[in-house]
Amino acid sequence: MASPVAVGRAFEARSARTSSFRWQDALFRGTTRLFAALVLALLASIIVALGIAAAPALKAFGYGFFLTDVWNPVTKQFGALAPLYGTVVTSAIALLIGIPVSFGIALFLTEMCPIALQRPLGTAVELLAAIPSIIYGMWGLFVFAPFFAEHVQPLLASTLGAAWLIGPLFRGAPTGLGILTAGIILAVMVIPFIASVMRDVFEIVPPVLKESAYGIGCTTWEVVRNIVLPYTRIGVIGGIMLGLGRALGETMAVTFVIGNAYRIRASLFEPGNSIASALANEFNEAADPVHRGALIALGLFLFVLTVAVLAASRALIAGLSRGEGRQT
Amino acid sequence: MTSNRYRLRLFVNRMNLAMSLAAMALGMLFLFWILVVLVRNGYAALSPSLFTQTTPPPGSSGGLSNAIVGSALIVGTATFVSTPIGILAGIYLAEFGRNGWLARSTRFINDILLSAPSIILGLFVYTIVVLRTQHFSGWAGSAALALIAIPVVVRTTENMLRLVPSSMREAAVALGAPMWKVILMVTLRAVRGGVVTGVLLALARVSGETAPLMFTALNNQFWSLDMNGPMANLPVVIFQFAMSPFDDWKALAWAASLLITLAVLILNVAARTLFRQRAMR
Repeated sequence: MASPVAVGRAFEARSARTSSFRWQDALFRGTTRLFAALVLALLASIIVALGIAAAPALKAFGYGFFLTDVWNPVTKQFGALAPLYGTVVTSAIALLIGIPVSFGIALFLTEMCPIALQRPLGTAVELLAAIPSIIYGMWGLFVFAPFFAEHVQPLLASTLGAAWLIGPLFRGAPTGLGILTAGIILAVMVIPFIASVMRDVFEIVPPVLKESAYGIGCTTWEVVRNIVLPYTRIGVIGGIMLGLGRALGETMAVTFVIGNAYRIRASLFEPGNSIASALANEFNEAADPVHRGALIALGLFLFVLTVAVLAASRALIAGLSRGEGRQT
Repeated sequence: MTSNRYRLRLFVNRMNLAMSLAAMALGMLFLFWILVVLVRNGYAALSPSLFTQTTPPPGSSGGLSNAIVGSALIVGTATFVSTPIGILAGIYLAEFGRNGWLARSTRFINDILLSAPSIILGLFVYTIVVLRTQHFSGWAGSAALALIAIPVVVRTTENMLRLVPSSMREAAVALGAPMWKVILMVTLRAVRGGVVTGVLLALARVSGETAPLMFTALNNQFWSLDMNGPMANLPVVIFQFAMSPFDDWKALAWAASLLITLAVLILNVAARTLFRQRAMR
């Protein structure tokens, strides 16, 4: 038997060791906490840093900055309306085309696709998202735009261009570059993001619900229309908002094909500019502090806009999965 | 009557499924269209001199060696910096913070940063680094890319750590190990493959990023290993050369596009297969 003294010594050594564990753990925990807080602080620091840099321009132009469409570095007049218009319109076109196609892809992958093909086709769609933006730009400028000008734009002009109300949107010189081309390329770029969210939320629909619908004789489409879509509505909207957030801030592909002109014209064939493309084209040439400040103000506005859209998207998607937990 | 209605329902069903198939085909068409164009134009411009000569002045031939090395240095530094930061923040979210206010808000902000416009991160680094130091630099480029990579690493690290069963942590704690040892040597080690996947995906994501480098690393026509000065890199070279009127430059832009896309796609596929193997074991 060990003497009481030895037992006491061993006990003391152990408690010294566990107390040293305690501060090691506190140190480790503190370190990880610091880095988490760093990530948290990043968003706020971006807004503050851009706000400070944009202040001279915002002070000089006031709210009028967002309401004028003159952009003239020579006379130092800057208004954000034209790039704002380009950003909104190209994103709208991207969603208009992207939503139905993404829905079709998600529907195909969850309801129709043979199981053996599910993984490769799913990966292929995700690879579409992995291709860098600048590659879309190269392809858009050198391949898609000429193709579009030669085959699609004349067709659009002769059919939709004559239509009532929307006719003016599709008139003008078929150059291949412009708002419409940028919108279509954006659509291809956001499709994988929207489709993968839609696929994920379609997959969480409890099989029992779908099986009961099939059991009373529904067709696949009726099951999707009446069971899957109502069940996943919020997640689907979240996915669309995610796509919108991506489309608003997409830079290189748009810069290559949008035509870089500060104009607001009725026709979608006309060249324009988006906030991101304006930054990419001009920022390095902007020597004047007011010019640079105006560009940074544009960037700040774009950032706040996308953060709002993405926050809404995340809140919707997260809310859906929480509701999920309660129901089961 | 009923049989007519039934036929209509079947017809609507077939129509919609056919549209869905068409949407899938359209997606694949664009993927293959882009890849075929890239391979055809890029392959024509491939030559050994790409790797041995630097980017040429207008109207003459040359290579991409300075841009390839510059890209590797900038992207490598960004990965080297963002990996530990991302993993530590991910550990906090999964192991310590869990559902506390800090963890919940960090998770939310991190998810937003995942999709934030990359050009804005370039602008941010411009205002806090380039404006201060008064010159463009490879370091600034790395910083911008690291800010883009961190959210990706945080996300995958947290997701992976959450897959580890609590019984494993409890077993290690019961043996008397301190928490930091439990996390670093048991839980993190159990999901090594997943974490490496996250790092590879982050690497793939930043290797093709152009917009954040334009205001930070800029470009450099000459051979340079100095991270403290402007540095050549493939994406910005593609942008400048593609927009130029010179055929030699355009050919180089295609070659650079092919190289970048190959690297990105290989990284992506490697990350996926690596993770699938780990998951199956």
